[in-house]
Amino acid sequence: MRRVPFVLVFIAGALASGYGAAGVRPPQEERRPAQAAPGARIQVPPPPFSDGIFPCSECHNKDMPPNRTRRELTDMHVDIVLKHDETHRWCLDCHDADNRDQLHLASGEGVPFSESYRLCGQCHGEKYRDWRAGVHGRRVGQWNGQKEYLLCAHCHNPHEPRFRALEPKPAPRRPSRSTGVRSH
Amino acid sequence: MGDTMSSDTPHPVTRRQFASCTAAAAAGFLLTACGPRRLREVPKARLRSMLDDLEREYSKTYGKAVTVSDTPAADGVVFAYALDISRCIGCRRCVYACVDENNQSRDPQVHWIRVLSMDKERGIDFAHADAYYDAKEVPQDGHFYVPVACQQCRNPPCTKVCPVGATWAEKDGIVVIDYDWCIGCRCCMAACPYGARHFNWSDAGIPNEQVNPAMHYLGNRPRPRGVVEKCTFCIQRVRKGRYPACVEACPVGARKFGNLLDPESEIRYIIEHKRVLVLKEELNTMPKFFYFYGT
Amino acid sequence: MRGNAGYWAWVSLLLALIASGLLAYADQVTRGLGVTAMRDQVSWGFYIGNFTFLVGVAAAAVVLVIPAYVYGWRPIREIVIYGELLAVSAIVMCGLFVFVDVGRPDRVWHLAPLLGHLNFPSSLLAWDVLVLNLYFVVNFVVVTHILYRAYTGRHYSTRFVVPLVLLSIPMAVGIHTVTAFLYNGLAARPYWNSSILAPQFLASAFCSGPAILLIVLQLLRRFTSFELKNEAIWKIAELMAYAMFLNLFLHGAEAFKEYYSDTEHLLFTRYWYEGLGEHRTLVPYAWAALVLNAVAFVLFIVPATRRNWVTLNVGCVATYAGVYIEKGMGLIIPGLTPDTLGEIYVYYPTLAELRVAAGVFAVGFLVFTLMLKVAVPISLGEFQEAEVSGEGRHRAVAPAHG
Repeated sequence: MRRVPFVLVFIAGALASGYGAAGVRPPQEERRPAQAAPGARIQVPPPPFSDGIFPCSECHNKDMPPNRTRRELTDMHVDIVLKHDETHRWCLDCHDADNRDQLHLASGEGVPFSESYRLCGQCHGEKYRDWRAGVHGRRVGQWNGQKEYLLCAHCHNPHEPRFRALEPKPAPRRPSRSTGVRSH
Repeated sequence: MGDTMSSDTPHPVTRRQFASCTAAAAAGFLLTACGPRRLREVPKARLRSMLDDLEREYSKTYGKAVTVSDTPAADGVVFAYALDISRCIGCRRCVYACVDENNQSRDPQVHWIRVLSMDKERGIDFAHADAYYDAKEVPQDGHFYVPVACQQCRNPPCTKVCPVGATWAEKDGIVVIDYDWCIGCRCCMAACPYGARHFNWSDAGIPNEQVNPAMHYLGNRPRPRGVVEKCTFCIQRVRKGRYPACVEACPVGARKFGNLLDPESEIRYIIEHKRVLVLKEELNTMPKFFYFYGT
Repeated sequence: MRGNAGYWAWVSLLLALIASGLLAYADQVTRGLGVTAMRDQVSWGFYIGNFTFLVGVAAAAVVLVIPAYVYGWRPIREIVIYGELLAVSAIVMCGLFVFVDVGRPDRVWHLAPLLGHLNFPSSLLAWDVLVLNLYFVVNFVVVTHILYRAYTGRHYSTRFVVPLVLLSIPMAVGIHTVTAFLYNGLAARPYWNSSILAPQFLASAFCSGPAILLIVLQLLRRFTSFELKNEAIWKIAELMAYAMFLNLFLHGAEAFKEYYSDTEHLLFTRYWYEGLGEHRTLVPYAWAALVLNAVAFVLFIVPATRRNWVTLNVGCVATYAGVYIEKGMGLIIPGLTPDTLGEIYVYYPTLAELRVAAGVFAVGFLVFTLMLKVAVPISLGEFQEAEVSGEGRHRAVAPAHG
């Protein structure tokens, strides 16, 4: 297969970013980039919060000053098991201590939960690139129009991102001399 | 005429009646025979009226409002598919989503998608593949999965062997079957290197409530007994801009679909950036179904 | 149409088989091809196997035509007409076997040129439909002409018959080649995708066709006033020996290529000769066919056994059985097993398939019997138009010149 240098696609993406604005559906005839251009906002469904947990500031309000010491949680959130580079990280590396209703990047820049992919993308650059191109992860919508990207967190639990094993659907019936006509 | 035949008093058919009936039958046969025959030859207007009849018939049979679309191929579109072998976990969600979407017979069972479990040690090796794996959980250690359905070849061996021209590749690359013209000789099944074609060995068994009423005349409308059927990339969905059912059903996002002619499509991105392979490349079938390693 | 008790018993047996076949076929039509053992994994079976074998039988008439007309070898010339009758009946059976195999018999007219849509020249089945029909017509016309002329006490028209017979020679080769190409052209099935297939088809056909004919001719000679020189029979047996040698040689060449190169395509050959894992259903048939063919070759190549009536007939039966196994199940089933995705589905015909197939064979034998019933007395000059019968017994199918 002919391989186009990544740079070219990058440039193409950048050029196309003109109409990359989310939510605006261009007419069918118009060329539309399938990939979201870098930096463009991406249409996503609401982040998958556990019931009754958001907004975090309901509890983490001014009456609860942030404790920035790395420690094992014992009072709340004990159900969360961190299996995500846990030797190097803990809650406040991703959750923002100053604004509990958002996350933050390594640079300190705040990021809403609906853009959590930017946070994930800091480490998982290649996956992030593929996700933006619609190649990693799931999409729903239309192949030639509006597409909705699922967030990383829709499929991967951010605290324990390894994909869980699933029970498979039943195996097909083996063909036999009696399977040609209805079985009852 | 039916009255004449079924009346209680013996009523000998006169020579004249017989002659006119024969003439009518012959004329009917000639009309059928001389008019456009295969669906691909039927003019658009007449096709629509034929499909309207089908809609009425199906709606009555299944007790729900059935639509039979005739959306044609769009210009500048050639469909292609890509499947991430490194992601697929073999859960078979796609198989059953396909059955539901495409009105496949539940009993006897017809599956257009076959998920093959392969040994990681052997790589892609059909001789040791297993479609009947049964496990509590997937993926199983030491295995990877290769789902196989119609590869929508650009050089399809199935269409060229058909003795009556009942199967062909549409302009947008979808290989379709005219269920009203197929004679059921199964040459195409012998010719297909991917086991993608399936035969209706008896009447399809689909409970009425499970029938998907959104149909396309070249796609998921009910197939009669004795003809061949196969994956059409969900022609009834993709010609309306939607993704195929299996793409949406895949829980791991291993299935990708788009327009091969669109340089910005996911498909082109995959072909240009990932390690891509096609099954049985040496047969020169040139599939539009690509397998790739996402990681 | 009169005949003795044996004749009527034979005809009654055939009629009974046809009735049973019709009932089984009616059930197949009502319930679908699901009543057969064919499935998506093995989508052709007993019907298509028989079809393939019988195309060979139909083609084999030519083995008798060649020496008779090309070399003017007189002893064989008398029996050419029976070869052609056999060809006609075999083609009737071929057509029926395809007919019972299709999923939509109500749509076979789609194959008719003009009326339907014959995908010619792309589809090899379309070619097969054309050449088989043409071959049928040619043979039927020749046979009818010869017999009609004999009936009216005249000699057949050389100017009419000889070109047609000469045409039927390449056509016989053609029908079997096209049938071989039907399988040969499918790259998806490596077992068939071998250029040796067509020659192998022809070689085995030139064994099986004459094998049937030799037995029929002996029966005719015994029960009618039909006369045939021994040399003719021996000569045919000798030709069969050469054909069988070629057949065995080609099989050997194919087996060598598969086993020595040991590619993934070996799988199919192994399924036939050795079985794969616990799947060994076909293995006894494979070796039986090989042994039968080898025995027939020895019996026909050795002059002493060729001229001994017992060993000659043992050879004929062995040839017929050997080629039947090898060209029927031995060609179709290993070609499709394992399937293209590596699955092994063990196919063997259901009772329904056996009954339908027996019915088709019965139709063919009945056609052959009835045609012989008409042809033998006519060609022996026993049955002619009243006004010319006075000319006496005149060998109507006698040589044209000399």
